[in-house]
Amino acid sequence: MRQTCNSDGGVGSTENVQARGITLLSIFVDTPTAEPNPETKLLADFKTDTHLRKVYLAGREYLNKEGQTSVSPLIGKIMQQICTDPTLCPEYPSSFGLPEFTRRATELVLGRDCHAIVENRVLGVQTVGCTGAVRLGAELLKHWYNVSGVWCGPVYLSSPCDDSLAGIFEAAGIQDVRRYRYWDTEQRGVGVQKMMEDLEMAPEQSVIVLSASAHCPTGSDLSQKHWRLLTQLMVRCRFFPFFLLPAQGLCHGDFQQDAWPVRLCASLGMELLCAQSFSHSFGLYGERVGHLLCVLKQSSTLLAVQSQAEKQVRALWSRPSVRGARVVATVLSNPAHHVEWQEGVKSMVERGILVRERLREKLRLLGCPGSWDHLIQQGGLYCCTGLNVQQVEFLEKRRHIYLHPNGCLNPQFCLAAPPGSLQRRHTPKLAVWLCLSTHRIIRVSCLRSPLPSL
Amino acid sequence: IMSIFAEVPQAPPVAVFKLTADFREDTHAQKVNLGVGAYRTDDCLPWVLPVVKKVEQMIVEDNSLNHEYLPILGLPELRSAASKVALGDDSPAIKDGRVGAVQALGGTGALRIGAEFLRRWYNGTNNTATPVYVSAPTWENHNAVFSDAGFKDIRPYHYWDGEKKGLDVTGIMDDLENAPEHSIFVLHACAHNPTGTDPTPDEWKMISEVMKRRKLFVFFDSAYQGFASGSLDKDAWAIRYFVSEGFELLCAQSFSKNFGLYNERVGNLTVVAQDKDNLARVLSQMEKIVRTTWSNPPSQGARIVAITLNNPDLFIEWKGNVKTMADRVLLMRDQLKAKLIALGTPGTWDHITQQIGMFSFTGLNPKQVQYMIKEKHVYLMASGRINMCGLTSKNIDYVAESIHETVSKVQ
Repeated sequence: MRQTCNSDGGVGSTENVQARGITLLSIFVDTPTAEPNPETKLLADFKTDTHLRKVYLAGREYLNKEGQTSVSPLIGKIMQQICTDPTLCPEYPSSFGLPEFTRRATELVLGRDCHAIVENRVLGVQTVGCTGAVRLGAELLKHWYNVSGVWCGPVYLSSPCDDSLAGIFEAAGIQDVRRYRYWDTEQRGVGVQKMMEDLEMAPEQSVIVLSASAHCPTGSDLSQKHWRLLTQLMVRCRFFPFFLLPAQGLCHGDFQQDAWPVRLCASLGMELLCAQSFSHSFGLYGERVGHLLCVLKQSSTLLAVQSQAEKQVRALWSRPSVRGARVVATVLSNPAHHVEWQEGVKSMVERGILVRERLREKLRLLGCPGSWDHLIQQGGLYCCTGLNVQQVEFLEKRRHIYLHPNGCLNPQFCLAAPPGSLQRRHTPKLAVWLCLSTHRIIRVSCLRSPLPSL
Repeated sequence: IMSIFAEVPQAPPVAVFKLTADFREDTHAQKVNLGVGAYRTDDCLPWVLPVVKKVEQMIVEDNSLNHEYLPILGLPELRSAASKVALGDDSPAIKDGRVGAVQALGGTGALRIGAEFLRRWYNGTNNTATPVYVSAPTWENHNAVFSDAGFKDIRPYHYWDGEKKGLDVTGIMDDLENAPEHSIFVLHACAHNPTGTDPTPDEWKMISEVMKRRKLFVFFDSAYQGFASGSLDKDAWAIRYFVSEGFELLCAQSFSKNFGLYNERVGNLTVVAQDKDNLARVLSQMEKIVRTTWSNPPSQGARIVAITLNNPDLFIEWKGNVKTMADRVLLMRDQLKAKLIALGTPGTWDHITQQIGMFSFTGLNPKQVQYMIKEKHVYLMASGRINMCGLTSKNIDYVAESIHETVSKVQ
């Protein structure tokens, strides 16, 4: 016999009841279908596309020479070691994660001799990926940014930014999420002036989410000069910086340089949060190795903040999973491994630069209108082509080439794939296709509207 | 300029963590830790299940496995196998296609996703006033999970009767009858934490009847399936009964204890809906919630559990490993009770063997607990809860004697 139940919904459910004669409504009857998240939808559209030469360029991962995600032999070896290590026991880790991991992750960002570390005013928490780090940071801010009550914002995100960011803050109860202009289509780069204008208008004590390097999804970063200007502004307006550092090392091939903005703020005595991920730099996407760094002004506040962070973690996921963190900690704690890993990251970066250069060169050879220098000025995983919404749609619908709606793509997905790898998201001769298509789109759109100024 | 965190108060320490910390610092030669909720062998060591070791090796040697992101809802093979373990291979609900699942970070993660979903979409939209009932006592994190998910009204329902050292059946039934309609009830599927006292099948039937009549929502917490009686099916009886009675429900499953995978955080939120359509909409909303919590769940633990559950030989081996753990606990229960009776310890001790699972509610009061810790260096929770797994053939005499001394000296 089925449970009879009414939902406390509205008119719709009553009609249903009458139609059926007896009340057989699901308690979930009023739950609507969620809008698919844009990335999932794009991938789903790609998968149902039957075109033979379809290409997916919006992937989130770093790909090797064969066009696959992989871990280096070093990582493979360490995972094997961990598996057979009899001293490792399956205990519950602390809510903060593995101490060795959080220590190394903290040092990687701030540098071992950072004053904040020496003065014991840094909190490090292992999290479930970068998302977990942002969520935990958001929860801490929500509860404690304003001690006299719940803090609801404003938080400022760059335009564009990672799809999921706004949702994470909202899920933590911070409803006031705003944008600052970041990517400038005309300049094909960061529109610093507009960014500063927007931030000047932000209320004091706003939280500003900033990409330390390898901005997602544009790949365009601020120069050091502009970082200095920005930090002056932040100090003056008492803004709180929340850094995103999902791919330290993968932007410039230099770990210090990629974390430079965070180190700058720390050296100025600012308080900050920094969400890190080791997915890309270790190829350990599935293991969800993330870290939340919190730099405090005074060491006297550390224990209290730490205890509140633990309280939040307890009710979110209780403790993180250890395997990925163990691998990362093992590498970062061993000087020889550390060097080998850094070299590996550098070659990933070199490959990334090569791909961008090839793409730019191809576009130049094909006589593609516009300047494509921005492709090599950007760094990291992503690249913003500067194509507009119509052009991106054209590529998708007419050429079966899938980019983010904002014109961003992962250039490594442009590489030729080995034959027979139908499962992979790229096809042979893609670079040519992309260039030809881009070329044609710009020609076509020319007829309807003037070219953007170069 | 002051830190923005200058006035953040220190949160009270989590009781069970503090207990373990105090235990670690204690230098007494005969100290015993009966606090933490993890399995220990007779040598008082954590146990990597042999089947887990085997499967881990298989995984590390399998070059076809990559390290890519799992789907947001988790590893499909884990989700379906885990739901099957809870509901049974031949579950009609599964055959009807109205059972789905979300892989989560342990039982906590599963509870949190379920709670977040219910707060947003159950009993209206964003109805934070829907009462959530948790047993008195319960695992203390239940409160925090539902509260952080946004529920404002979390209430206890009567459960443990301290006088008779058993279930307060009248109390439970009263609370069920008087709860506002559509209230959410968190039920422990088996091996209640911390009392080790479960309703009998007849009592479950009574509970089910009232919940159905009063339109109360069933949210099972299943952290000990297999671990309690040694039988997966027996430990899932209550869940399966409610499903057969037509309830739509959520069941938060943990594989931390029954796989010994405490540190890989393998959990599963099983969703039983009336039909495919409702299920799909619910899962779509849960996916959105996961995306803003951890985005994709971790893969290692999920793979271990999925491979084991989906391989007939490994599944049998796993059940054997689980029975090994359950049997050791049962042995310790028998022995502790026997020793207390042999010592002539005041009071009745039947509850030690009547209770089930990892924990036993000894009935020791806070003063007695303090004595146990301070004078005898035997660590247990202030509630009188002990973890049977902390008992070994080497320390059981000392523990029995300690209890005897405590109960005789301290009232």
